[in-house]
Amino acid sequence: MFRNQYDTDVTTWSPTGRLFQVEYAMEAVKQGSAAIGLRSRSHVVLASVNKAQSELSSHQRKIFKVDDHIGVAIAGLTADGRVLSRYMRSESINHSFTYESPLPVGRLVVRLADKAQVCTQRSWKRPYGVGLLVGGLDESGAHLYYNCPSGNYFEYQAFAIGSRSQAAKTYLERRFESFNESSREDLIKDAILAIRETLQGETLKSSLCTVSVLGVDEPFHFLDQDSIQKVIDTFENVPEEEEDGGEAEAEAAAAEQGGAGDQDVAPMEM
Amino acid sequence: MTFTIPIDNGDALKNAEADSQRTLYPYVTGTSIVAIKYKDGVLMASDMGVLMASSLCKFKGFMVDNECAGSYGSTLRYKNIERVKAIGKHSLLGASGEISDFQEILRYLDELVLNDNMWDDGNSLGPKEVHNYLTRVMYNRRNKFNPLWNTLVLGGVKNGESYLGMVSMIGVSFEDNHVATGFGNHLARPILRDEWRADLSFEDGVKLLEKCMRVLLYRDRSAINKLQIAKITEEGVTVSQPYSLKTFWEFQAFHNPTAGAQGSW
Repeated sequence: MFRNQYDTDVTTWSPTGRLFQVEYAMEAVKQGSAAIGLRSRSHVVLASVNKAQSELSSHQRKIFKVDDHIGVAIAGLTADGRVLSRYMRSESINHSFTYESPLPVGRLVVRLADKAQVCTQRSWKRPYGVGLLVGGLDESGAHLYYNCPSGNYFEYQAFAIGSRSQAAKTYLERRFESFNESSREDLIKDAILAIRETLQGETLKSSLCTVSVLGVDEPFHFLDQDSIQKVIDTFENVPEEEEDGGEAEAEAAAAEQGGAGDQDVAPMEM
Repeated sequence: MTFTIPIDNGDALKNAEADSQRTLYPYVTGTSIVAIKYKDGVLMASDMGVLMASSLCKFKGFMVDNECAGSYGSTLRYKNIERVKAIGKHSLLGASGEISDFQEILRYLDELVLNDNMWDDGNSLGPKEVHNYLTRVMYNRRNKFNPLWNTLVLGGVKNGESYLGMVSMIGVSFEDNHVATGFGNHLARPILRDEWRADLSFEDGVKLLEKCMRVLLYRDRSAINKLQIAKITEEGVTVSQPYSLKTFWEFQAFHNPTAGAQGSW
């Protein structure tokens, strides 16, 4: 995208009917490190890559518990993500208090989307610079939604956002048809494998990723490092299948060229 | 000499005019509701009589802001009021107490159900949600010293599970297998404690409720012999046509009621 005369204000349309500021906000999501979500009929798994500013600092938190039955993974401006997570927690707890029953995910997601839309139609505001993968459970089953800075939201079987998420999406596209019937363990394994795709050649270690699960009879919680490492060990030490092996080599080659771009990531985006 | 002039009329406790803004005593009231869970759902019975309090007199004490209200009893003003209503797809609400407050509650619930339907997303408010919402409303009003003068019974079925609960005008709220309001608490619940079972059939449930309503008819002066029984199951709500119970007045003691009361008048 290039600068143009219509991109100064969020309240200025371009002649081709685009709001450039909103599109730039969506670019910010692409700069953050990867976050992945997948769901089966009964479970939702959210996973993210742990990226730290430097070796000295701890990594940014990208996955938040909203309620026992809802979790959210973010990519983009984490400060915006933190504020929106607080809003979601607030909505969820208010609903629980009044109705003593969990807030249906679909309704939370619409409120989030409406909140984001407001920022695309006020001259004194800016759009939120964060994409949210909202996973949750309600009466009608397990759901995964993606909330965009534009105020749109979509429901997905599986999705990936953030930098190098295309690699993860390609992996998920190959497998998504089986996810609905997947067991909990297979779902977690697929999530970690999808994370591995975004690392493009870097060795997958449990310290590099965060994985969270929620499901029927299983409130939202994070998997501990040992459990994640165990899953990694089941496939890291085994020679890869033919088709995966071929693709891993191609990606390793691409990674050498793409790796240099990392240092350009702005400090506020993770 | 200093004195305070009440500028804002909202001091509900201390100000005479403010009293007209909050409920002090009920005027038009319904009597007991009795409800039980049964095999397929919930049954709720109420009579159709509604009393109206007559001639309130109010006087303020001299030094102390002290009011007392005297009423000259009440009249059986209305004999065709339905005190049990369907709420959404899954619930039934019965109320005793002030009828106008019941109507107000129905308006709140109407809005709630409407907004729920507008989402059009496959989720719907079940009896548990409605019960809790009502608890919040009643407790909130109680905290403002302006109660909705009702005791509400909320029953329903959702996803095969039956639910039955009660909320009082001060926000006391609980769930049980059988509930009753007003006089029903004293006259009907002991019968239900003895005779209620989890697997009551529809016919047995109705018989049990009729037994309770008959006792109430004999002993609660505000009850009339015209009742309705409402049923809610997974399929939906049915409210019976009004009907009467058979009563027996030929007890010996009723034949010569003044036999033991020889007096000068």
